[in-house]
Amino acid sequence: MSESCFTPISNLQKRKIMTQTKLNIQEIRKDFPILGTTVYGKPLVYFDNAATTQKPRQVLDVLSRYYETLNSNVHRGVHYLSQEATSAFEEARKKVAGFINAKHDHEIIFTKGTTEGVNLVASCFGRKFLKKGDSILISAMEHHSNIVPWQLICEEREATLKVIPINTNGELILDDLDSLMDETVKLVAFTYVSNSLATVNPVETIVGLAHSKGIPVLLDAAQAVQHIPVDVQQLDVDFMVFSGHKMYGPTGVGILYGKEEWLDKLPPYQGGGEMIRTVSFDRTTFNGLPFKFEAGTPDISGGIALGAAVDYIKSIGIENIYEAEHELLVYAQEQLSTIENIRFIGTAKNRSGAISFLVGDLHPFDTGDLLDKMGIAVRTGHHCTQPVMDFFKIPGTVRASFSFYNTKEEIDRLVEGLKKAVAMLS
Amino acid sequence: MTINEIQDEIIEEFELYGDWMEKYEAIIQLGKELPLISEEFRKDENLIRGCQSRVWLHAEYRDGRIFFTADSDAVITKGLISMVIKVLNGQTPKDIAEADLYFVNKIGLNSHLSPTRSNGLHSMLKQMKSYAVAYLVKELNK
Repeated sequence: MSESCFTPISNLQKRKIMTQTKLNIQEIRKDFPILGTTVYGKPLVYFDNAATTQKPRQVLDVLSRYYETLNSNVHRGVHYLSQEATSAFEEARKKVAGFINAKHDHEIIFTKGTTEGVNLVASCFGRKFLKKGDSILISAMEHHSNIVPWQLICEEREATLKVIPINTNGELILDDLDSLMDETVKLVAFTYVSNSLATVNPVETIVGLAHSKGIPVLLDAAQAVQHIPVDVQQLDVDFMVFSGHKMYGPTGVGILYGKEEWLDKLPPYQGGGEMIRTVSFDRTTFNGLPFKFEAGTPDISGGIALGAAVDYIKSIGIENIYEAEHELLVYAQEQLSTIENIRFIGTAKNRSGAISFLVGDLHPFDTGDLLDKMGIAVRTGHHCTQPVMDFFKIPGTVRASFSFYNTKEEIDRLVEGLKKAVAMLS
Repeated sequence: MTINEIQDEIIEEFELYGDWMEKYEAIIQLGKELPLISEEFRKDENLIRGCQSRVWLHAEYRDGRIFFTADSDAVITKGLISMVIKVLNGQTPKDIAEADLYFVNKIGLNSHLSPTRSNGLHSMLKQMKSYAVAYLVKELNK
C-alpha cells in the first residue's frame, strides 16, 4: 500500500507535519484511563473510535471540576458562580471557534451533536427557503443523520431529495455534478469523511461549484475534525456540524458552525429561555447570535469539557495526530491485506480514520463477536449508512477505526484475532 | 428427555469450557448440527424480527409434538438456534409454552452476548413459544 493512498491534506500542510516531532504514544496513552483496562481478562484494544473516542484525564478532570467548583446556570445570574460558569462556557465557544478558524465566536452554536446540527439547519433553512419543486442535494455516502432530516423537511415542503452517486471505490462521482446542481437545488449537504467508507471528499471542489451557482453548503465534519486540520474560512462552507464525543470530548454536546450572514437569515429552531430578547403574550423578539439557536439551559459542563478537548487536541497538535493516524492506517491496510479472502469496502484514493472490510463470506456480526471476546472492540453492521451497504450489496462490514493513541501492536492483535476468528468460523 | 433434563445437560457441558472462546467453539460446532429449514420455508415471512443477522424458523406439528427447523446467515447465530432447538425439539406444545429456559442465564449467554445478539436470541425464543401457544390453542379447540 503506497503512502499516496491516504493523503487528504495539501502538500503545504504535509510539509508542516514533517517538521513536527514524533509523538510519544505510550506516554499519551496514560492520559486515557480506559485504555489501561481489560475486557474478558484481555487488555482492551479499542478500534471503535469513529463511533466515539475515549476521553483523556484532562477532559474528565474539567467535567468533574465543573460540578465540584463551578456548577451554576449561565448567562443570567448576577452571582459569582453564574458569572464564572458563563465565562468558562463562553471561553469554550471561543476555543471551538479558534479550532476551526471561524471568523466570529457567535458563529459557533452549541448543539447536542452532529444529528441535532443537521436537524436544526434542515428545519430552519427548509421552513424559510424550501418551496414546492425545490430540491436538496446530498451524497450517496451520507450517514442516516444527514439523510433523514432532509427527507423529513423535503416531504413537508414538497421538495425532492437528490443524490450525488458513488463508484465502487466509494468515491463521489462528480462528472454530472454540474447538471445535478440545477436551479431547483437550494442547499448541498455532504460529509467531509465517510464514516463507513473512510472516503475524504473534495470539499473545495464541491463548495466552489455550489457557490458559483449561489447554493449554500452544509458540511458534515463529524469524522473529520478529529483527524485532519479543518479551516472553515478556507473551505468556505456555509454550515458545518460535528460532535464533541468523537473528538475526545463528552457525549451530549456538539457544534453547528454557520456563517453569520446565514445564521442571521434563519428563523429560530426551538423556542424557550435564553433564545429570546423580550416576551409578551402578543409578541416575542429573539435574541441575537449565538443564543437565538440555544433555547433552554445548554449542556454547560459538556461545552466547557469540549473546550478542554480542543485544548487537548491542540496540545498534541492536529498535524501530529494526522501523521500518527496516517501511519496506523497504512500499517493496518498492509497487515490486513495478508488475510486470505479479505475484501476492503471503500478503496478511495483519499481516506481517513477507518478501514471497512469483510472476510470471505463470514457474517460481519460473527467476526465482530469473536474479536470482542478477544478484547478487541470493532464495529459491525451498516454503520448508519444503509444506502451504502445496499450499493455494495452487503449486509454490513467490520469497521476498525483508529485514533492516534492506537499502536501497531494493537493492529497486530487485530490481525491475529481475525485469523483466529476466520479459522473458527470457516 | 424433558426440557429441563436437556437444559441441565447443556449447562453441565458448558461448565467444562475454560473461557468464552471455547464456549464459542462449542456453539459454532452445535450450529453444524442444526436441523436445516427446507428451501420452501426459507422465505421472508419466516424471518425473525429483531436479529442483526437473518434467521429463518419453521415449526411443524406431528403426533402432539413440535419439531423446529431453522437457518441463519451468521455462524454463531446458527449455533445459538441449534442449541435452543436441541432443548425444545420434539416436546409438547404445553411443555414448550410453559418452559423456563434457565440455561440461557446459567451458561452466561445473557451477560456475554452483545445486546443485539441477546435481543435476537430472545426474539427467537419468543417466536418458538408463540408457535407452541398456537398449537396448544388448536389442540384445545379440537
